Formats: sequence, C-alpha cells, structure tokens
Amino acid sequence: MMRRSMLFLPGNNPNMLINASCLGADAVIFDLEDAVSPAEKDAARILVRNTMRYMDLGGCEVIVRINSVDTPYWKMDIDALLPHKPALILLPKTASKEDALIADNYMSEVEERLGLETGVTGLMPLIETAAGVENAYAIASASPRVKALFLGAEDLTADLQCKRTKEGREIEYARCRLVVAARAAGIDVYDTPFTDVNDDEGIWEDARLAKNLGFTGKASISPRHVEVINSVFSPTVSEIDYAYEVMEAIRRAKEQGKGAIALYGKMIDAPIVARAERTISMAQALGIGRGDN
Amino acid sequence: MEILKNAFAGTMESSDAYVEIMPGDGNIEIQLESVVKEQFGKEIEEAIKDVLEENEVKSANIRVVDRGALECVIRARVETAILRGKGNE
Repeated sequence: MMRRSMLFLPGNNPNMLINASCLGADAVIFDLEDAVSPAEKDAARILVRNTMRYMDLGGCEVIVRINSVDTPYWKMDIDALLPHKPALILLPKTASKEDALIADNYMSEVEERLGLETGVTGLMPLIETAAGVENAYAIASASPRVKALFLGAEDLTADLQCKRTKEGREIEYARCRLVVAARAAGIDVYDTPFTDVNDDEGIWEDARLAKNLGFTGKASISPRHVEVINSVFSPTVSEIDYAYEVMEAIRRAKEQGKGAIALYGKMIDAPIVARAERTISMAQALGIGRGDN
Repeated sequence: MEILKNAFAGTMESSDAYVEIMPGDGNIEIQLESVVKEQFGKEIEEAIKDVLEENEVKSANIRVVDRGALECVIRARVETAILRGKGNE
C-alpha cells in the first residue's frame, strides 16, 4: 500500500467524511480525537463506523485516530471500528512501548472476541511527546502490529516548551530520530502536517524536507495540501529512468558473470538496487514512467 | 431499549441530520422534515424504523430534520439519539 499523503478528516463532520474518497489523498484519517469535543465522542464514533460500514471509499485507505489510552473512550473506539477493518489505528500520545502494547493487546482481545482475522488492522503510534521521541525505537519495535510511526509536532512542541515555527528547526531532532527508529525497526514513518493552509510555498518546502529526511509520506489537515504532498513523494521521471537503468545494468552484469558494475562512474551496490526496485514499484503503482521492463 | 429522557443528536448543517427523540406513549411516532421528502421520504422513514428496531425501541416520539444527509448519516444520528435517550449515561 502506497501512502504518500494522509488527510485528517474530523470524525463528526458528515460533509467531509462522505467525500473522503474524492479528495485525492492515498489515505484518510478519520479523527475521533482532537477534532471531536468530549460531548460528541459517541456521535462521531457511530458516524465514522457507519461511513466505514455503508460507504464505498474506492481505493482510499482508511485510518482511524482513536482517543488515547488515558481516556475513557479508546476501548469503545476500538470495539466499534475494528470490525470494519481500518488499515491502521493511529494511537495518540504513545509515549512508551507499554502504551503501544496496551492498545495492541486490546485489539487482539477484540479480534478474538468477535472472531476477526488477527492483525488485519495495524497500529501506528503517534509520537507527540518528548518521552515518545526518546522511546521511539522501543515503540517502533514493540510488536509486529506496529506498522509505522507518525510524528505529531503540535503537541510535541508544547511538551518541549518551544514555539512551533514554519521552518521547523525545533523538530529537526524529533524528525531525524523518528526516521532512524522506524527504519531500524523496518517500518514506515510519516511526517506531521504543515498547518498553514494558505502558505502554498511553505507546504512544498516542508514536504521536500520530509522526503529528503527519509519519511515515507506526510499527513495533512487540508485537502489543499494533498496534491503537493503526492507530487513531492512520487518519483520523478528522471528517478524512474535511472532506476530502470540500474536494473538493466545489474541484468547485464549477471549475464556477463561480473560481480560488480558501475553506472555513470558510480558503483551499483545492494542499497542502490533496493532503492531502484522501490522506485520502479512505486512508479508502476502510480502508472508513471516507462513500463517496458 | 427504553427511551427515558429527551435527547438529540446531529446538526442542521448541510449533509447532516438533526434528530430529537422523546419518550413515547407505547408506539413509534416519526416526524420527518426533508427537502427530498417527496422523493425519498419513505426510504428515510424505513431507515429510521430499522434503526429503532435494531435497538429494540418500541415506544418513542422522534423528529428528524434532514439536511440532505446520506442514509448512513441519518442512521448514525438516530442511533446516537437513542443511546443518549436511554437514560443511563
């Protein structure tokens, strides 16, 4: 599953939910947490459940941000939504391996109770506290159900007692730490939304920075940002062409019985081949670039 | 499930529905306001009755103001109103 962009949609807003598949995002995050007031938690949970139960959302993947494990709502959220097989549960305020395991264990319990297939829905811890950043690798490797980490910079900067800026110097360490932790654990990692919905240049820069740091994709709170994020996280035509050249060079080297080969003066080694394979696979999924190999 | 108190759910915003539920006097009374009542009134009332049945509500007065909501939204708002009206929350 390719997730370049993930769009947050408020869980109690029918107008947004029913249009989820038309907004261009690879995945949508139905939000039961910050976007919903305590008095409407029940209404949002039922509305999101019905949207998942009755609506055909096409190829748009559904993720649900439930309430955190220190609230009275999170178990009801899982009870209501797990039967409808969201791809991922986004777990807010995950600060430790234990937080992730509490949710993981309860999801397993519900799967068993309802006779659901085990592990269909993954877990994506939302790292938005200083403790969460420091425990990132332990969280990322807590259980096979943990499929990705997700950086939440708004709450994190509040916890760090610093100001959130557009340039994002204050979250550089957290961004790098999460990418390293997630990659070390062999899972994906998603960047925090860019919150100024009217800054069209800023979203380009912020998305490019996230891509260059190694993030798999980026979240958004506005449909306006989805196209930019998709574009930044898609391979370019020259990257795709180069990837095919790498694969062709490897094929020739094997034919000629050569152990090592260079392309444009640069040694082609295993990491370059792995990257080329990822690029081609993504290009094929997107239907862009050449498809002759 | 018994409706013990007045409760409401939803909003008057576009694509939503506003639902009020009150304790009834032994049967189900449905009052529906919708701009598409002529075309879809029957289907909407069936959906409302269906949710009442699923939740074993046998006595209630229910008023639904439909603002162009899809059936899954109307069903969600009716269910929320029922749960809020059952009285032990």
